[in-house]
Amino acid sequence: MITNVRDLKILKERHEEKRAREKMRISVCAGTGCVASGSLEVLESLQRELEVHDLNVEVAAVEDGCGDRVGLSKSGCHGFCQMGPLVRIDPQDKLMVKVKPEDVPQIVEECILRDGTAPEHNLYHHPQTEEVYAKAGDIPFYKLQKRVTLEHCGHLDPSDIEEYVYSGGYYGLGEILEHRTPEEVCQLITDSGMRGRGGGGFPTGLKWDLTRKAEGQKKYVVCNGDEGDPGAFMDRSIMEGDPHRLIEGMIVAGYAIGADQGLIYVRAEYPLAIARLREAIASAREMNILGDDILGSGFSFDLEISKGAGAFVCGEETALLASIEGNRGMPAPKPPYPSDKGLFGYPTLINNVETLASVPSILALGAEAYRSLGTESSAGTKTFAITGEIANTGLIEVPMGTPLREIVYEIGGGLRGGRDFKAVQIGGPSGGCLTREHLDLPLDFDSLASVGAMIGSGGLVVMGDSTCMVEVARFFMKFAQEESCGKCVLCREGTRRILDILERIVSGTGEISDLDLLAEMAPLIKSGSLCGLGKTAPNPILTTLEYFRNEYEAHVVDKTCPAGVCQELRRFWIDPELCKGCSKCARACPADCIHGQIREPYEIDVDACLKCGACVDICPFDAIEEVS
Amino acid sequence: MMGKMMINGRPVAIENEENVLEVIRKAGIELPTFCYHSELSVYGGCRMCVVDIEGMGVVGACSTAPRDGMSLKTHTPELRDIRKLAMELLLADHDRECTTCGKSGGCKLQDLSTQLGVEEVRFGTRDEKVPVDSSNDAIQRDANKCILCGDCVRMCEEIQGVGALGFINRGSEAMVVPAFDKDLGDVECVTCGQCMAVCPTGALVVKSETSLAFDAISDEGKTVIFQIAPAVRVAIGEAFGLPPGDNLLGKLVAALRALGADRVFDTSIAADLTVIEETQEFFGRLEGGGNFPMFTSCCPAWVKFAEYRHPEILDNLSTCRSPQQMFGSMIKRHYAEKMGLSPEQVYVVSVMPCTAKKSEAKRPEFQVDSVPDVDLVLTTQEVASMIKEAGLDMTRLAVEALDSPLGFATGGGIMFGNSGGVSEAVLRYAADKLDSQEKPVVEYGDLRGMEGTKLLTVEAGGRQLRLAVVHGLEEANTLIEGVNAGDLSVDLVEVMACPGGCVGGAGQPQVKGPESRDMRARGLYDAERMTQLRKSQQNPILDAIYDGWLGEPGSSIAHETLHTGYHSRRRMIGEGIPLEPGKQVEVQVCVGTFCYLQGSYDVLRELLAQLEEKNMTGAVDVRGTFCFEQCQGGPSVMIGDEIQSQVTIERVPEMMTKIEGALAAIHQ
Repeated sequence: MITNVRDLKILKERHEEKRAREKMRISVCAGTGCVASGSLEVLESLQRELEVHDLNVEVAAVEDGCGDRVGLSKSGCHGFCQMGPLVRIDPQDKLMVKVKPEDVPQIVEECILRDGTAPEHNLYHHPQTEEVYAKAGDIPFYKLQKRVTLEHCGHLDPSDIEEYVYSGGYYGLGEILEHRTPEEVCQLITDSGMRGRGGGGFPTGLKWDLTRKAEGQKKYVVCNGDEGDPGAFMDRSIMEGDPHRLIEGMIVAGYAIGADQGLIYVRAEYPLAIARLREAIASAREMNILGDDILGSGFSFDLEISKGAGAFVCGEETALLASIEGNRGMPAPKPPYPSDKGLFGYPTLINNVETLASVPSILALGAEAYRSLGTESSAGTKTFAITGEIANTGLIEVPMGTPLREIVYEIGGGLRGGRDFKAVQIGGPSGGCLTREHLDLPLDFDSLASVGAMIGSGGLVVMGDSTCMVEVARFFMKFAQEESCGKCVLCREGTRRILDILERIVSGTGEISDLDLLAEMAPLIKSGSLCGLGKTAPNPILTTLEYFRNEYEAHVVDKTCPAGVCQELRRFWIDPELCKGCSKCARACPADCIHGQIREPYEIDVDACLKCGACVDICPFDAIEEVS
Repeated sequence: MMGKMMINGRPVAIENEENVLEVIRKAGIELPTFCYHSELSVYGGCRMCVVDIEGMGVVGACSTAPRDGMSLKTHTPELRDIRKLAMELLLADHDRECTTCGKSGGCKLQDLSTQLGVEEVRFGTRDEKVPVDSSNDAIQRDANKCILCGDCVRMCEEIQGVGALGFINRGSEAMVVPAFDKDLGDVECVTCGQCMAVCPTGALVVKSETSLAFDAISDEGKTVIFQIAPAVRVAIGEAFGLPPGDNLLGKLVAALRALGADRVFDTSIAADLTVIEETQEFFGRLEGGGNFPMFTSCCPAWVKFAEYRHPEILDNLSTCRSPQQMFGSMIKRHYAEKMGLSPEQVYVVSVMPCTAKKSEAKRPEFQVDSVPDVDLVLTTQEVASMIKEAGLDMTRLAVEALDSPLGFATGGGIMFGNSGGVSEAVLRYAADKLDSQEKPVVEYGDLRGMEGTKLLTVEAGGRQLRLAVVHGLEEANTLIEGVNAGDLSVDLVEVMACPGGCVGGAGQPQVKGPESRDMRARGLYDAERMTQLRKSQQNPILDAIYDGWLGEPGSSIAHETLHTGYHSRRRMIGEGIPLEPGKQVEVQVCVGTFCYLQGSYDVLRELLAQLEEKNMTGAVDVRGTFCFEQCQGGPSVMIGDEIQSQVTIERVPEMMTKIEGALAAIHQ
């Protein structure tokens, strides 16, 4: 039970002592990505192996004061998901990648007992330079990042509130409750230059202050954890890896606007995040950090979790509120804004996970220092989930304004297999694509807006030259269509008809007039739709049409797919010079469309061909090729 | 908010309008909308009313509050393109079989498409068709024509408090469907038809039964008697291009005769009869300490609503049948005999402003030996279409008088078509009766008008009579909750399901806006004022009916023929599961919450064990089931079709005996 900041300090000191007795701490990543590739098995075998060597630390064992101990815990996402399962050893900053349970004995032997380096195959090899790294801090993926919001992810045990307190957590909250008025807190956030990390980039301090000033018998703080962009997982990582940071941010927000109740809306597809949050909320309540009279300040605030059913549109704030209220997740026209009339009609502050989780950093660093991390108009740092054809997929955090090139080539390690960079889709299905010409564009709110894209939640899908941009547009349009709530006609029917057209184009039946129709429809849907989903759904069309019109034209005029992706547009041809008439291709063909006489050149009936490419793979003489 | 805004460069005053759309329309610019209705919540889905506001960009006018100094444009090239595209997209997904559509000519989609100048639909035609749902007594639902404006959903939920319709699915798969994706006939729909009254397309239309009327008319063996409800006369003209409120009763009588009606009467006389019976019942309750407040029962949608939602007040409902059913009973039980005809030889057709009346006429309580009191209910819309089909020119028909004797009504009966009319007519009778004197006619202004809930207290006979009048079932809901909570104390509550009462019924020609209902209401009050006798109790024909048939108000004949009862419909009746006929005894043990808590699950297990022991499992079909609505007698077990109450585990042997008895009966 903690009743004031002094208690917090005592707890911190106690935990510091505990930590001081540890010679080293091993953290096994228990983020969703690493768990999926077997990190929990690695954790188990580490536990066993340490026991064998009588090194394991159980909580009871710490109490005996013996100093020569090794701490072992699971931690939140380290971010370097491509290389998982990850194991790191602090304070030596050793990082082991792609660890399998069978690697464990050797790791314990060499790395822990002898304090040497890990086995070579568990060290990170740079894909281009071939350089081998033993320390995490030296790896470009980490070296170039500025981890502020993610500072604890990968270092702390998310299940242990004491670890959070040990790292300075809940101090900021305690200070605020003791020394600042709600108005001052809003001002602090305004001074930090923070803008919403959920997509819109609305100034956070202003939103807080508007909700603070709104009149209502009750007020709510709602955390939008309905991360729905394909390829985005920063919010999940925070909720899984550092849940107390989010909780602290929400309590501060509650104090600032005068709310006594907070809700975290998490999609049900994030079971681990939900479990970790539940655990964290329970332990915070136990410690008097949530509930009545928080830290003896007189301020009361409690949290609940509301599970979403997995609708992308519920990331839109009014639809999200409708969903919490038990209604169909459909956006409502704004105004009234949630800050005036939100959940159950009461003033409601809605921020996304990353925004709220940044609050403790602002408290710790101070508004000025936080602001100086980013650019003039986009303060602080931003997390990005980088996926696609990039060497290092994973979760990163960089100062706002970091050029795209640095992210792709240095942190991301360039494209897989040394492919040429073609584009990135930023901001998910609502975002837009950036091309080679944008590589030196600083990634911040305004620069992106100026080229028709948006940060969105921060998904970055990197695409190489083997990606068909028309197919990419089709993919995102299909997503938007399936996730449209069906309320407003432009989004519901407009995205459907655009999808129809794109499907025609990728299947080879598109016409040049289709491109004009797309160009006519997309801007009208963008400006006329009711909510953010409809207003941004045409972005992938608009940007790909602008930057890759030649690819569209190739599909509709020449009926070819330059990237060779669109199945229907593939064309195979048997070179009669090379064909020996062995009939292997004819036997392999599932459509039975290759005919000929044994020992005579065979031919493909192009109209019946399914374009599967089985013949190409089986031909022993390389006589079959794909032509355009 | 007061102030001024610039619309297309011209100043327009803001005078407390709720949204920009209202200001624009006030300025004489009829911005198109599908999903905006001033009575319903703002939806913002059709995107027709988009405007370009300086500093805000393109927004829906319906969902934007006006601000002093605002400047906007309504018809920029971009806005025109957005509207046209939205319309084109709607048309692409709409079943465009206009020539055979019941809504053709009155379809808003058709009108606006022409208005916006859409010349081509570049996205093909609707590729898949879902079946048309005709399961409801009065409403036909064709999802292929739905444009998802959601008007019906909000009407049903917000104004009627029913919520029988909702959205399912996402993206272009989204649909409006009845609850649980069932057919409209299988959900808690009260058939008020207000969904239809706001539907801009042919997705929800009146289920037409005009051919049944034509068949009856041409049947030589049938005497066809029409009754015309009060509200019809002030609305049917709209179907022929006349303004709302014009009283076309005389022309309608002429048209019905031209169509082949044998007699044309006025339902208003049955309304007069209702006033007498209902007031008498009210007095009876005052004297005998019956349930208060007493609720009126003329509106069948309301009656059904009470049965579905508020079974706790069913004893408060007046037992009086509605005027339509009193009229039917009067014809089949009394008038037919006077004409020397059997009830089967008389065919009663009601002309009603109402869709719920179709449902009401089908209730088993209103049939004697399978002969319905009212054989067919036609809505105003259907009668208008019959007149058109028969090639009759309404404007040229000469006015004709109703038949005698049941064509004579007082002003009291005529007012029944307006919300507050029943109360006013009852009050004119009750006040005279309580004060034992004939007073001058009073027009109770507090009971008139479109206010959702109207309250009035009058002194009569040394006591206070407290009346409440509500229209719209959500209003009724709120009032009942207030009464149940003890916040409101009233003696008589008049409930009409439709906005404005029957004049706003869903069987009437579709209204352009709330003002049409106002005009109809005024038309009806004007008609009332023109009558020589304005109190129901003055109707001389009724005197003859009481003398020659009923005896006195509330007599046993009156009870048998003019009154009725109600039952709770709280549970939806599921589809029956076919059993092997004749071979098994059906035993159902209620495992609903209440019975379960009383130990019904143990009873079920014990029963199964004993059946097993006696090798009877094959002969008995035992099921766990949910609520028989007999919770006070739980645990309940149903053997055959008989419910056994308080079946504790000790009584299982007794149940076994009953089962054996039932088996023996089967095998006899």
